[in-house]
Amino acid sequence: MAKQISYLPLSPYRVLDLTNEMGYFCGKILAELGADVIKIEPPEGDSGRNIGPFINDIPKKEGSLFFLAYNTNKRSITLNIETSDGREILKRLVKKSDFLIESYPPGYMNKFGLGYEDLREINSRLIMVSITPFGQTGPRKDWKASDIVLIAMGGLSHITGSPDRPPARVCIDQAHLMGGAQAAMGAMIAHYYRQSTGRGQHVDVSIQESVVLSALTVPQAWDLERFIWPRVGGYLPRSGKRVRCLWPCKDGYVAWRIFGGGLGVKTRALVEWMESEGKAEDLSKVEWEKMDYLSVSPEEFDHWQEVFGRFFKTHTKEELCKEALSRGIVLFPVSTPKDLIEDNQLIYREYWKEVEYPGLEFPIKYPGPLFKSSEFSFEIRRAPLIGEHNLEIYEEELGFSKEELAILKHNRVI
Amino acid sequence: MDEKQALEDLKIADFSWYIAGPSISMWLAHHGAQVIRIESITKPDELRGIEPFKDGIAGINRSGCYANYNSNKYGMALNLNHPKGVDVAKRIIKWADIVVENFTPGTMKRKWGLGYEEIKKFKPDIIMVSSSPLGQTGPEAQQAGFGLELVSRGGFTHFVGWPDQDVVGVGYPYTDTITPPIAVIAILAALDYRQRTGKGQYIDLSQHEVAVQHLTPAILEFTVNGREGQRCGNRHPYAAPHGVYRCAGEDRWCAISVFNDSEWEALCKVMGRNDLVIDPRFSTFLSRKRNEEELDRIIENWTMNLMAEELMNRLQEAGISAGVVQNGKDLIEDPQLEHRHHFWYLKHPEMGICAYDGPPFKLSETPGRLTMPAPCLGEHTEYVCTKILGMSDEEFIELLTDGVFE
Repeated sequence: MAKQISYLPLSPYRVLDLTNEMGYFCGKILAELGADVIKIEPPEGDSGRNIGPFINDIPKKEGSLFFLAYNTNKRSITLNIETSDGREILKRLVKKSDFLIESYPPGYMNKFGLGYEDLREINSRLIMVSITPFGQTGPRKDWKASDIVLIAMGGLSHITGSPDRPPARVCIDQAHLMGGAQAAMGAMIAHYYRQSTGRGQHVDVSIQESVVLSALTVPQAWDLERFIWPRVGGYLPRSGKRVRCLWPCKDGYVAWRIFGGGLGVKTRALVEWMESEGKAEDLSKVEWEKMDYLSVSPEEFDHWQEVFGRFFKTHTKEELCKEALSRGIVLFPVSTPKDLIEDNQLIYREYWKEVEYPGLEFPIKYPGPLFKSSEFSFEIRRAPLIGEHNLEIYEEELGFSKEELAILKHNRVI
Repeated sequence: MDEKQALEDLKIADFSWYIAGPSISMWLAHHGAQVIRIESITKPDELRGIEPFKDGIAGINRSGCYANYNSNKYGMALNLNHPKGVDVAKRIIKWADIVVENFTPGTMKRKWGLGYEEIKKFKPDIIMVSSSPLGQTGPEAQQAGFGLELVSRGGFTHFVGWPDQDVVGVGYPYTDTITPPIAVIAILAALDYRQRTGKGQYIDLSQHEVAVQHLTPAILEFTVNGREGQRCGNRHPYAAPHGVYRCAGEDRWCAISVFNDSEWEALCKVMGRNDLVIDPRFSTFLSRKRNEEELDRIIENWTMNLMAEELMNRLQEAGISAGVVQNGKDLIEDPQLEHRHHFWYLKHPEMGICAYDGPPFKLSETPGRLTMPAPCLGEHTEYVCTKILGMSDEEFIELLTDGVFE
């Protein structure tokens, strides 16, 4: 197949995206890098379109901000793969595609003769990516899992939250994003291999395993030390000390912790600022470069943390961040969405993108591309309406007549 | 095993440290790429000093934290502050397709003359990735930072915990683990572009910017509807019950989520409480939402006498999304993870056999595999110089004596 050289790195490639809300991110990433990602929705629209919040709080399918968040840069066609015509159309599309992403329960695609073995017959170059909670194989492959269950089973909840409450999670779903990014990475690794061999393959992604990778060394702590990593709120357990990581300040919270040893200079930088305001109390005499968590007593350590805590309360997030930058202190604000929109660094880097939507008076401000490249300028294009590109694909590309399209619509195929 | 690996002709010069950088080359190494991990003996990767340690005993070659992000790599010791050290670095870069680094922005150029523009002069098609907390440009590019703090600036802390408590944060450096896959994707896309055009490129990855994309629905809720949202415990707008419930034993918990009437009826059946199905407080989704606190109490009164695993199995059998809040031991013993061969057990010269995370996906034709434990500090310096860079033994010894490999 002759590929055309185009401006973005993945412009020559086509992706069929049959995922639901568990797999949107994979296609979004590939689309952002230029791939022609076609979101294939059931005729009534994707299930993820029912997930809020909604534009202006009006609950309708084309106003789902969740769907709009993770389907940018994609095209959309409607297709019911449970019908015989639907399957034939999908197979025709597969012939001309480079990737297919799906997140149905294991075995669902096979039931319709659309499993990897079947599709490989049609296009041996195809890379098929399957994203499921637990993977395509194993004793739990058919288990159900929502975000809270995957975050729990992946080891993150156990270390999140305070000891006097149940284990917690980020209340904006994250598991599908970890799985989606891993899926895109798997797809690209398979693609690199295909470029030299012409061979496609099946990428079988487990979201649970993807979540485990964010649990840092929780499994290794058990394997090496028989240590169960505790849940300690905004603290870090280190050598029997509770190293505080989150601090209230005048107008919110900041993230900072005491360092010793090689990083002790960073702690000293803060103490010097405190001295200049006469608020260092007895911290000036501590030799931070020589301090280590192991040898300091818990009482002394807690006392230091109290002094730092008093200081933070006398300044705003902005003041603290400004001095942190000029003095070399490792400190970040606890940002709210509003803080992020006003974040000077993001503004300077032109991170935010204005995205126009039909029927909306004002463009929607979106988080920008995943990275910057010396060769490309990536952009965010709006998510598609339900079946917005049916004509482009079905009529112009596949050559269906208006009469045939009317029949397919009547039979709820498209 | 000598099956072909997907990336086996790919070569990486890895100048990075801590977690966010070394994970990038690790993912490539798991699928066959050759990675030279450059460290120095006088200033080794700080990660080597971070727990857990084998048997709890600290040591430069005993950190499980370092080990877990450096499998399948060659460990090279190189003193970049020695002029001849920079020459050796250049030879490694000439050999490589990819350079990865995550120093404070500008360090590669300022300290060693190895910025992208300088490298391009002797290796025009190099693909270079710089990963940093806030990006290479902008007023705060020089702000130092670690993942544990950066998650807060990324917005995650705002959405964790309970509104009546101080913030608790996520407890793990999330940005360190979610950004490396994006860098790998960027690299592989750049390689495809290089194949077509012969051109390399420079990739500037701001960990903060990747992180914010992970909260896009919440950002849009603010930019469109003007609401900032807040931490809401374990609640979910479309599910009730939806939470983490105490089970029998010490610190044992099970997550349960019920999204519709049929799951609710199934849950009541498992509880042996069919009366709740018709109880007006809980018979509809909206009524369950209105009486959620009471609902949670009823559920927890039942779960606290059951073993978490047993509860999970019974609920899953009934078609309900439920899962144990797994700790490290649970993960290591998880039958599904074992079936998937998630953990790889590699024998390390000082640590013995220990568990490493492997890729969370299986490629049907070229599955990733872990073959080498993390290197001891400078373990492969001689191998890299003589076998990969083709140095003569005489030259190697001369450089060694000069202190280039310290």
